[in-house]
Amino acid sequence: MSAADRRAETRTAADAAPLPMVDAVAVSKSFGANEVLKSITLRVRRGEVMCVIGPSGSGKSTFLRCINHLESIDAGRLYVDGELVGYRQKGGKLYELKPSEAALQRRDIGMVFQHFNLFPHMTALENVTEAPIRVKGVPRHEAVARGRELLARVGLGSHSGHYPSQLSGGQQQRVAIARALAMDPKLMLFDEPTSALDPELVGDVLDVMRGLAESGMTMVVVTHEMGFAREVGDSLVFMDGGVIVESGDPRQVLADPQQERTRAFLSKVL
Amino acid sequence: MSDSHRRDGTDGGGSAVASGLPSPSSLPDGRPEAIKAVKLRHPWRIAVAVVLVVLLVLFVLDAAQRKAFGWADVGKYLFDVRISQAALVTLELTVYSMVIGVVLGLVLAIMRLSPNPVLKAVSWLYLWIFRGTPVYVQLVFWGLITLIYNTIVIGIPFVHTWAVIPITWVPPLFFISVVGLSLNEAAYMAEIVRAGLLSVDPGQEEAAKALGMSWWQTMRRVVIPQSMRVIIPPTGNEVISMLKTTTLVAAVPFTLDLFGRARDISAETFTPIPLLIVASLWYLFFTSVLMVGQYFLERRFARGTDRGRPVVGIGVDVEPSVAAGGVGGVR
Ligand SMILES: Nc1ncnc2c1ncn2[C@@H]1O[C@H](COP(=O)(O)OP(=O)(O)OP(=O)(O)O)[C@@H](O)[C@H]1O
Ligand SMILES: [Mg+2]
Repeated sequence: MSAADRRAETRTAADAAPLPMVDAVAVSKSFGANEVLKSITLRVRRGEVMCVIGPSGSGKSTFLRCINHLESIDAGRLYVDGELVGYRQKGGKLYELKPSEAALQRRDIGMVFQHFNLFPHMTALENVTEAPIRVKGVPRHEAVARGRELLARVGLGSHSGHYPSQLSGGQQQRVAIARALAMDPKLMLFDEPTSALDPELVGDVLDVMRGLAESGMTMVVVTHEMGFAREVGDSLVFMDGGVIVESGDPRQVLADPQQERTRAFLSKVL
Repeated sequence: MSDSHRRDGTDGGGSAVASGLPSPSSLPDGRPEAIKAVKLRHPWRIAVAVVLVVLLVLFVLDAAQRKAFGWADVGKYLFDVRISQAALVTLELTVYSMVIGVVLGLVLAIMRLSPNPVLKAVSWLYLWIFRGTPVYVQLVFWGLITLIYNTIVIGIPFVHTWAVIPITWVPPLFFISVVGLSLNEAAYMAEIVRAGLLSVDPGQEEAAKALGMSWWQTMRRVVIPQSMRVIIPPTGNEVISMLKTTTLVAAVPFTLDLFGRARDISAETFTPIPLLIVASLWYLFFTSVLMVGQYFLERRFARGTDRGRPVVGIGVDVEPSVAAGGVGGVR
């Protein structure tokens, strides 16, 4: 029985609340004349692990960045946990959120980057405690205790005093995951979290992500790790040229893609 | 292309071993013998150096005998109390102007990079004016400021006047000098700070934003600390440059600084050249001290990104063995 199946069983109870975690309706986004997202419609249920694959430049990162409003969308609607991202709707009109309100939305959404983006002038522990202390106003000793707990959870309990430059890529990425978790997010976004890692370091990071998935975290994961998608993913989305070409159960899509483009892409990466 | 190139290289290396080319003789333990070769000689360098040294010695001997340099007067005024006081004034001008210049420069740079178009425009206008006009001219202007603005008018501009209050406060010339120097310096510091802020990986700002940090929190906690590495070395240069620029306060006209004082004294004693030398020696002394400081600053900040940082920060629970293991994994 796969990890995904196991979680599917435990989830049935939670499914009573049908409000999806992410609800994208015809989301479009252009950079100048370059239409990067073309009417993307998808839904991520609570506790679901959605993996997103696709060739370079297909708009995967852009879509993730739209979800936590690091980019604003041009058309369509994007809801996270029932809340419109980046705008407020009043009387049929959309109002842009103030930066402080947008920040408030963002702190509930964790993001993990391909290049870790740890703060190099802070230790691992300081990286993890920075946002809870500054943004949420958590008392320092509480934040430190929780930070140590999270570092232990990602297998780095003894590295809390290390600076990022003293950690391997895999260790840095696990600190980055702990840093995102420290804000108690309801949704975690991963943008190719293992692509910048040496092959032998990928496993540790994937293990942490697997553990996170088993704990019931809702995750959207852009990845090229088909093994992870097959094992942990509840759903798989294949994007190309700013559109969703195919989506469904990862085991099914990977084994028997229905679309020619999906087949061509998979034959290249598998 | 580069791939095939590399492969060729490896193949070449491999076949060289197999071919009959002379191979290095080895020591008894199998290590190759160290290379002992005749060092390359540079006869022309030595010749030029000898000529230069001879010219320098001639110049010094000649200068020591020349009346016009007035070495006796140099000795007499070098530690004259008026001169050493003036040296202190020059230092004060430098320090005050730099401190204000750095703070204002930081503010201008942050304004320039802020998402607010109004702040951006204000900063741009400031830089345009203060970098676009000579500092000497600016200092003359500040010296005349009390002639230009000598009343405060309360009322509706160009329409109605309720009250005219004359400004009776005459700012001290030292104050005007500091204002003039620091406002000009701020424009240059702003560019240095801006370059520093832009040198920080945009991913850092992104990560901070994704954690819900505000723009200002991101700046203060993430971007500014990391930009210091780039900002501090050129700021040292600016200090050295400022020390010398203070001589321009004569334009205000403020004359209690080192150069002004030296000229005032020489006007009485008719010995301009020895006093110029006295002033130069003092400037040289200060800049030398600053250059030494600059050297250490640059060494401190030019270090490879973050290596050499203390291994232990706020989490003081690292056993040495674990720490070594962690460092071993550095990419
Ligand atoms: N800030 C930006 N300004 C202009 N164009 C952008 C910007 N960000 C992304 N793009 C463009 O949008 C397109 C999609 O980029 P995106 O990073 O989303 O692709 P991706 O699927 O994540 O690719 P990769 O696998 O290489 O990360 C690309 O053509 C890219 O050049
Ligand atoms: Mg990407």
